[in-house]
Amino acid sequence: MTSIVVVTAGTSIPSSSRMLGEQLGEATVVSLVASGVPAEVTHLELRTLAVDLAQHLATRVPSVRLREAFDAVCAADGVIAVTPVFNGSYSGLFKLFFDALDEDAMAGRPVLLGATGGTARHSLVIDHAMLPLFFYLKAVVAPHPVFAATKDWGASGGKLDHRITRAAEEFAKLVLAAAPHAHGDDFEVTDFTDLLGG
Amino acid sequence: MQLGIFSVGDVTPDPTTGRTPSEHERIKAAVTLAKKAEEIGLDVFATGEHHNPPFHPSSPTTLLGFIAAQTERIILSTATTLITTNDPVKLAEDYSVLQHLADGRVDLMMGRGNTGPVYPWFGKDIREGIGLAIENYALLRRLWREEVVNWEGKFRTPLQGFTLAPRPLDGVPPFVWHGSIRSPEIAEQAAYYGDGFFHNNIFWTMSHTKRMVNLYRRRFEHHGHGPADTAIVGLGGQFFMGRKSQDAVNEFRPYFDVAPVYGYGPSLEEFMAETPLTVGSPQQVLERTLSFTGEVGHYQRQLFLVDHAGLPLKTVLEQLDLLGEILPDLRKGYAEGRPAHVPDAPTHASLVAARDAAAATAEPEVPAGSTSPAPVDDVTGRSPYPEATEVEAAR
Repeated sequence: MTSIVVVTAGTSIPSSSRMLGEQLGEATVVSLVASGVPAEVTHLELRTLAVDLAQHLATRVPSVRLREAFDAVCAADGVIAVTPVFNGSYSGLFKLFFDALDEDAMAGRPVLLGATGGTARHSLVIDHAMLPLFFYLKAVVAPHPVFAATKDWGASGGKLDHRITRAAEEFAKLVLAAAPHAHGDDFEVTDFTDLLGG
Repeated sequence: MQLGIFSVGDVTPDPTTGRTPSEHERIKAAVTLAKKAEEIGLDVFATGEHHNPPFHPSSPTTLLGFIAAQTERIILSTATTLITTNDPVKLAEDYSVLQHLADGRVDLMMGRGNTGPVYPWFGKDIREGIGLAIENYALLRRLWREEVVNWEGKFRTPLQGFTLAPRPLDGVPPFVWHGSIRSPEIAEQAAYYGDGFFHNNIFWTMSHTKRMVNLYRRRFEHHGHGPADTAIVGLGGQFFMGRKSQDAVNEFRPYFDVAPVYGYGPSLEEFMAETPLTVGSPQQVLERTLSFTGEVGHYQRQLFLVDHAGLPLKTVLEQLDLLGEILPDLRKGYAEGRPAHVPDAPTHASLVAARDAAAATAEPEVPAGSTSPAPVDDVTGRSPYPEATEVEAAR
């Protein structure tokens, strides 16, 4: 079963970031299933992990729930990451999560980016804030991110829907192309003779 | 099973009084704690090594040498010795002298140190941490084992014709542990050499500790030192005891809440649930500590961090009294169900005996009729020093 994890950093209930994340997740599963690959979606709503993340930042001790969230991301075949725009960038909560993850957890992992904001004027946050972060993490970023402004949720003609479907199709291709991630319970180890020689 | 305490050597204000002990008080307190540890029957006292405030132990062998003079039985160790930023030649010299002064009651735990600026202060680069740990330790081993060392590496000036003085006591180097929280390379290093592996354990979940220990055990067997369950494992731990469980919680909470490292984080209750910290009655500490065996298998050394978070010396000494009370039960618990083939941690005496046993089955080292003193080099079996008669003859 191909596993897609949706990480959303919205803070209100209901949250448009969560809503966008759900729709991207569903569309991705539809695309994967259409390619004959069964898939499932797990949602990580960072709002529910906010205190755990702050405590982890102060002490580096992950709570059980936080560790489960990290494990889910590390086992995912693809990650959909959606943040609301706060003051011209991703939210602090969103950054907190990706800072807390193991340094190489996102490396080589397909990622679909999404962001939500009041108006379309914020849409470059994906290009100017999110992309550099995920490039740094060496994630494989899907070429069609989705920005949803408040107005988009009421737009006629299924324009947002169309962008979501297109983004999900491109993302699904990346997920299918990526090598499945090894997820054993053991650390990888380099033989000591190689370490000595290096 | 060896039981003991380790000290980070931090100078931290007592949050309940606002008073900060002086460095002098904390250094003397370390000596008091080591002597108390021996008095209550513990096996090991280990000191940290740091080169920046608020820590005092920048010269571990000075501290341990002073303690060695005032104790008789307890093993003196480190937690940890910085194998990255220290010169391996100076480490070999310092610990060789300490080993002689303490009549062999010395072992070491290697660590890398995670304070960024300390590396450049000693001319090193933290990004090379693993490489430094591997190269420096490989050299340290040779200095302790080979009479004349010719060596060239990446991080230190080459050595030509170097002989360590003094040679290790009885020609047997101190036993070495490697401490690491999350670096598989260090577990692999310990396994490769058949050295001990210590997991500090105290800020991490037991499931993580278990994974690291299992890696070390698996690789210990891979490198041909024996079955995985005979690998030499040590764990950290911390507790705060009170006669009544609630008293312990009430007394410790103000220290816990603002402690360096874990203060301002998860609550005491959450921290206790997720890490090996136990705050409660002696019975609770006893049971929790003995439960570690169920996680990592039968192991060889358990060290507790007791003097931290600004706890005053008087309180720490009371904690040691309580530890002394449960010590017989701890030893009994550890012995229970322990298979006969699981070894104890090596000591100087056991290492000398093992060396002699190996020598007895090999070629005789000393030619018949030789009047030379006992060989002091465990590789060549010869003394690095010229015989007195040879020197006289040369004149």
